[in-house]
Amino acid sequence: MVAAVVAEGLVRRYGPVPALDGLDLTIERGGVCALLGPNGAGKTTAIRVLATLTVPDAGRATVLGHDVVREAGLVRRSIGLAGQHAAVDDDLTGRENLRILGRMHHLGRRGAARRADELLERFELADAADRLVKTWSGGMRRRLDLIASVVVAPPVLFLDEPTTGLDPRSRTAIWATVGELVTAGSTVLLTTQYLEEADRLADDVVVIDGGRVVATGSPDALKASIGVRVEVVVAARSDLAGAAAALASWTGIEPEVDEIGLRVRLVVVGANVALPEVVRRLDAAGVTALDVGVRRPTLDEVFLSLTGNTRAAEGRAA
Amino acid sequence: MSAPTLAARPRPWADGSAAATRVLLKLRHDPAGIALTLAAPVVLVLAFGYVFGSAIALPAAGDYREFLVPGLFATIAFNVVPPMITMARDSGRGVVDRFRSMPITRVAVPFGQAAATAVYGVVCLLLMAVCGLVVGWRIRTGLGPALGALGLLVAFQFAATWIGMHLGLLIGKEETAAQLSVLVFPVGMLSNVFVPTTGMPAWLRTIADWNPLSALTAAVRELCGNPVAPTNGAWPLEHPVLASLLWTALLLAVFVPLTTIRYARPR
Repeated sequence: MVAAVVAEGLVRRYGPVPALDGLDLTIERGGVCALLGPNGAGKTTAIRVLATLTVPDAGRATVLGHDVVREAGLVRRSIGLAGQHAAVDDDLTGRENLRILGRMHHLGRRGAARRADELLERFELADAADRLVKTWSGGMRRRLDLIASVVVAPPVLFLDEPTTGLDPRSRTAIWATVGELVTAGSTVLLTTQYLEEADRLADDVVVIDGGRVVATGSPDALKASIGVRVEVVVAARSDLAGAAAALASWTGIEPEVDEIGLRVRLVVVGANVALPEVVRRLDAAGVTALDVGVRRPTLDEVFLSLTGNTRAAEGRAA
Repeated sequence: MSAPTLAARPRPWADGSAAATRVLLKLRHDPAGIALTLAAPVVLVLAFGYVFGSAIALPAAGDYREFLVPGLFATIAFNVVPPMITMARDSGRGVVDRFRSMPITRVAVPFGQAAATAVYGVVCLLLMAVCGLVVGWRIRTGLGPALGALGLLVAFQFAATWIGMHLGLLIGKEETAAQLSVLVFPVGMLSNVFVPTTGMPAWLRTIADWNPLSALTAAVRELCGNPVAPTNGAWPLEHPVLASLLWTALLLAVFVPLTTIRYARPR
């Protein structure tokens, strides 16, 4: 089956600054893929190229097999887009907004009206539907914007930071909406700065930084790739050396010793580290531990470690 | 729920009429907008018709307010600000991007908006005509020429809308567009709308005589039988109706392609 999205070596410069610097990407059909990256990583530019709004300087991209430059018309028949702004008309009611988009999608006057009613009902905006959108809350507007991108069900849906700036409740509502769209069969590519969002929604995460992909995988695989963090707090300074030696001989990794905080830390990659095992090893070495922590990393740490590394690498190159 | 699927064939008429509906619905929700559009010309009627006008003597015989009102029709027709602000807002808020990512006939959207603005313009012109009648403006010819004047004004406004939309796309931010809108007023001053151009320094008079607004104003005065300003031998003022039509055609020939290309082009 043809992939939902393929990008090969996409480059797009704004002035001398490359927003995309050789982006490679393959997204299979079905499910949610999160494009994760700090501000200025190229997330929005990537979405704009895929949605036919921006032409790349180099490289190529396809959506459902159609080239985004040469077959832009075909791509537009396959996609929905909700950009960073709530691109809805404040001076119209919610219902009118959806009806007009329905008519632009050639559903006809009555078809558009029926579809608008259906969507408003299903996504629980029916109560506010006949009020001007400028009286709506920010969260409701973003939901309307999201719904506006699925007036006709697009096989591929691009969402650019769908929840940025929303309160937690609105965010949960957007997540639920995205979930429903995926159940209905859409492939969703969303960008986000929120790791929690990627963790919750995404089957696959693509971390980008400096216009390039720095890591790809499921949230769990990405977490596993940076390892498990073990931290031991000892009672006395004299225990530090013993604890460090015990952990080093077991894992083969030299731990970091914090003399002031009386802590020993290390990160174990690719091995299964269980809390009881750590405690047993310390006991055997005669170390009195006040606290032992074995913690899988959060996606935030993955993110910082990945994007921090590329920054450092660039620093060295420069 | 079975969702409709994406359309297969382009249907420019449906797209254009949906875009026009969008503009007209907004106006229906905001009748105060019409009042605001009319506020400026009405204030100008009062300020020039009664304040400055009391000290302005027309070269030929005639009432100053009857001279002024056709000029105000022309300034309404030349009002590029509303389409400029609308387009800048749509552009800044991602509405243009949404339309551009949809499989719609791209040219249809600006066409629909321009058509809707023309409908709106007719309403404004008719309301302005009522204000004009109140302050002493009269149609001294007949229904035919008066409708001709209305036709000229609406056609010119349709063309001017494209200037506004193009500027709005170039600016791309509602706030900036709003700030720039004050610059439109001087364009109205550099014409024969308020005073005959005869008394201006030669270089300025040339600019004013060739201002499209002057030809349009002179055409409406002629068609309605109102006092006219001296032409100074300037071709557009000697043949104001033809000149207005040519200006309209020229503006359309320049700004329709510019705007549609700008609207459709990936950035």
